[in-house]
Amino acid sequence: MAELNSKIPKGPLPQKWTDYKAHTNLVNPANKRRLEIIVVGTGLAGASAAASLAELGFKVKNYCYQDSPRRAHSIAAQGGINAAKNYQNDGDSVYRLFYDTIKGGDYRAREANVHRLAEVSNSIIDQCVAQGVPFAREYGGLLDNRSFGGAQVSRTFYARGQTGQQLLLGAYSALSRQVKKGNVELFARHEMLDVVVVEGRARGIIVRNLVTGAIERHAAHAVVLATGGYGNVFFLSTNAMGSNATAIWKAHKRGAYFGNPCFTQIHPTCIPVHGDFQSKLTLMSESLRNDGRIWVPKKKEDAENIRHGKLLPTQIAEEDRDYYLERRYPAFGNLVPRDVASRAAKERCDAGFGVGETGLAVYLDFSDSINRLGKGVIESRYGNLFQMYEKIVDENPYKTPMMIYPAVHYTMGGLWVDYELMTTVPGLFAIGEANFSDHGANRLGASALMQGLADGYFVLPYTIQNYLSDQIRVPKFSPDLPEFIQTEKEATGRLQRLLNIKGNQTVDSFHKRLGLIMWDNVGMGRNEAGLKKAIVEIAKLREEFWKDVKIPGTNNEINPELEKAGRVADFLELGELMARDALNRNESCGGHFREEYQTPEGEALRNDEEFKYAAAWEYTGENSEPELNREALDYEFVEVKQRNYK
Amino acid sequence: MNLTLKIWRQKNATSKGRFVTYQVNDISTSSSFLEMMDVLNESLVIKGEDPVAFDHDCREGICGACSMYINGHPHGPDKAVTTCQLHMRKFKDGDTIVIEPWRARPFPVLKDLIVDRTAFDKIIQAGGYISVNTGGIPDANAIPIPKVNADLSMDAAACIGCGACVAACKNASAMLFASAKVSQFALLPQGRIEASERVQAMVAEMDKQGFGNCTNTGACEAECPKEISISNIARMNREFLSAKVCAPKVKEQSGGGI
Ligand SMILES: Cc1cc2nc3c(=O)[nH]c(=O)nc-3n(C[C@H](O)[C@H](O)[C@H](O)COP(=O)(O)OP(=O)(O)OC[C@H]3O[C@@H](n4cnc5c(N)ncnc54)[C@H](O)[C@@H]3O)c2cc1C
Ligand code: SF4
Ligand code: FES
Repeated sequence: MAELNSKIPKGPLPQKWTDYKAHTNLVNPANKRRLEIIVVGTGLAGASAAASLAELGFKVKNYCYQDSPRRAHSIAAQGGINAAKNYQNDGDSVYRLFYDTIKGGDYRAREANVHRLAEVSNSIIDQCVAQGVPFAREYGGLLDNRSFGGAQVSRTFYARGQTGQQLLLGAYSALSRQVKKGNVELFARHEMLDVVVVEGRARGIIVRNLVTGAIERHAAHAVVLATGGYGNVFFLSTNAMGSNATAIWKAHKRGAYFGNPCFTQIHPTCIPVHGDFQSKLTLMSESLRNDGRIWVPKKKEDAENIRHGKLLPTQIAEEDRDYYLERRYPAFGNLVPRDVASRAAKERCDAGFGVGETGLAVYLDFSDSINRLGKGVIESRYGNLFQMYEKIVDENPYKTPMMIYPAVHYTMGGLWVDYELMTTVPGLFAIGEANFSDHGANRLGASALMQGLADGYFVLPYTIQNYLSDQIRVPKFSPDLPEFIQTEKEATGRLQRLLNIKGNQTVDSFHKRLGLIMWDNVGMGRNEAGLKKAIVEIAKLREEFWKDVKIPGTNNEINPELEKAGRVADFLELGELMARDALNRNESCGGHFREEYQTPEGEALRNDEEFKYAAAWEYTGENSEPELNREALDYEFVEVKQRNYK
Repeated sequence: MNLTLKIWRQKNATSKGRFVTYQVNDISTSSSFLEMMDVLNESLVIKGEDPVAFDHDCREGICGACSMYINGHPHGPDKAVTTCQLHMRKFKDGDTIVIEPWRARPFPVLKDLIVDRTAFDKIIQAGGYISVNTGGIPDANAIPIPKVNADLSMDAAACIGCGACVAACKNASAMLFASAKVSQFALLPQGRIEASERVQAMVAEMDKQGFGNCTNTGACEAECPKEISISNIARMNREFLSAKVCAPKVKEQSGGGI
């Protein structure tokens, strides 16, 4: 078992980042020009990093699988971004944002990282405003805020229901400026298939040009992965169709440890599943919980009648409604953290109080707010979300309550990184949702955008220099080194193997089956028997996939089925690791709920004695079990408590 | 419902394309248009045929990837939606649906329904930004911005870069797209500083990329899934004129916009 060095700077918590910045090694301007950096991903993390590194003078190559960097899935984030500005004068501070994030993550995140995140949060808002991000404003011309779950202050900045879009377009414009200046070379419609490691350091990547099919070797002094989350393991999620784990999974197989793979966020407010043709799930932003109240009928027969279409929700009298979040958690009410809200919805539906055709839905009701504030105000806050809901469900949420149900949304797990955001492979960095990050076992709303931009604008541009400072004498890399040739050969071989199977079942059919195994056993409620079953079933499915998948066409053209097949093949491996991690963690914490470990009231029961660590899994080969490394989490500055939102 | 689909098939950028007719059956009215396409593609794969290639990613109307020209309309017959948000309940059992790629010279077809929209990225690279580096920025509330301006700026910023406006325009003009970006910044004090250089650079790039001129037919606004207003084009024209008249440096730096 290797020694994990998290490289947390010494000193008092509020001083760590300042001290780090003051003492870290930097690269002088002349040398920066000679150093090349590969950034894979153009989402908030990737675009902000690529732009900032290029501004500093490094030569950057930036990749995405979409046709334009502007389409990275960050674009879909709706609700907002947190910062400790305390513009509302409601008692917010860097410490409080830090504390809420640590507590929200159920004490499974690293203190030093989270404090740094809270510290830089304010600069992010400044940066975005300077870039022309049209955040919502008050009549006096100052920035407006809203509240998100897990916080008692209003610290969320937003741009209607399109915050991710606006932040990403801000980063994309900064990136575009550097492209124009010749400091960033863009590779859209390129998919990374592997990392190239030379003498123990990450020195490049293998990519497939998705238009021509050509496999290309690209070299650099350091490689940054900003490839997003892996929620699509579940097939149905709020992620984009192309969101994948390939980049981080291949990095894992080349030596990068995988941190907390089982920590998955199931978001409480998504449009319920409505048919087996369904290809993805749509989020209804958490911000809706500011003004919407969540309920199910109090009486089972009412719920049943609603399910059979004999009763409408608007016909249920006030006293016959169970506002179960307000009932169970009076202090936070509808704004409890996501994991708590999701489990509570599942609990009501499992108990037979669910609504909708399937009984797997609860109501999110705006009638009180509409009466109180008027339809116009609600429309100005959430108009686009209401419209989206109506397009999909064909019901008018101004008139009848929305139906929602939890869905896979975000992955707190990812590549294990140290304080400098470097993985266990020297020279290989991971930022944004791709790393195991700062959210512990549960991410608070509006904190992913914050983390992605913190990593890309304000953290990585410093920490990567510490690594690069001893690389200044290393000449430009040739992608013709034997390691590049070999890795390319392996990537090509794998694609050829996939194409040669010529079986009978489609890629999607395998993906759907994997999704079901994951949702049933590694989803909102997990237990030992289910997880053991999942491990066996996933292995079986993987075997079947490699014998019977059917992929038309060739490698030398646009071939979406081949692209999907490569991604699903990786999910079929990662899914198993997620189940193993969940099985190992004999406790409930945040989004990881092991049914065996709960309080009498059904709340998650942590076991700090044995599990106050981040799990960092090490790949040990195809037919051998992964090895667990533990990074102990020391809480020097906050007291570790049972989370309480009551 | 059962449908007949006439779909443009084209092997690659250099080959000639043609329409091919397909039949799909038992489509749920609550499925989305792209889910209907998934059903078709699954059946093609099973038969060993090449599935229809199309761009898509978020499937919630925000990434701007999806781009089908359906029955003569970019993104189909429904108002203010992208292809991925179009639902089959907008069609009738037995309908014939014609599906084509965006057709515009600056957007060459790469395969089937996939076109190359890099020209849009080039327009942004030419000047669709405010020239600030990371860090060293004053407090976000240092410059108050009137709410109306922030809201109007946001209206323009909602553009998803899908290209439907170009596909809808008989001149293949990119004016609605470019003007949305120009307006977003022109309405903000931060953006005024480079307003003049920006508009000139972006207009020049539009020409260079081969987009046509605007003749005010308004098809772009009618087909835009994000309801980007044509008044942005008027604003861009004013910006462009005043940029030409004034010296390259703008004097005005108020928060008012024009
Ligand atoms: C619907 C939705 C709503 C959300 N709302 C909020 C919110 O309101 N507030 C909040 O804080 N968070 C929100 N989140 C979470 C947040 O949006 C994401 O965690 C965050 O944007 C991820 O950013 P990223 O840069 O890490 O990755 P992404 O934006 O996913 O970008 C990944 C990039 O990597 C590229 N890529 C991936 N794989 C490869 C490969 N193999 N080869 C080449 N390129 C590759 C992609 O092309 C893309 O450019 C939301 C998430 C979703 C799905
Ligand atoms: S202006 Fe409208 S149609 Fe044109 S690219 Fe933007 S969103 Fe699409
Ligand atoms: S797929 Fe993203 S807008 Fe349609």
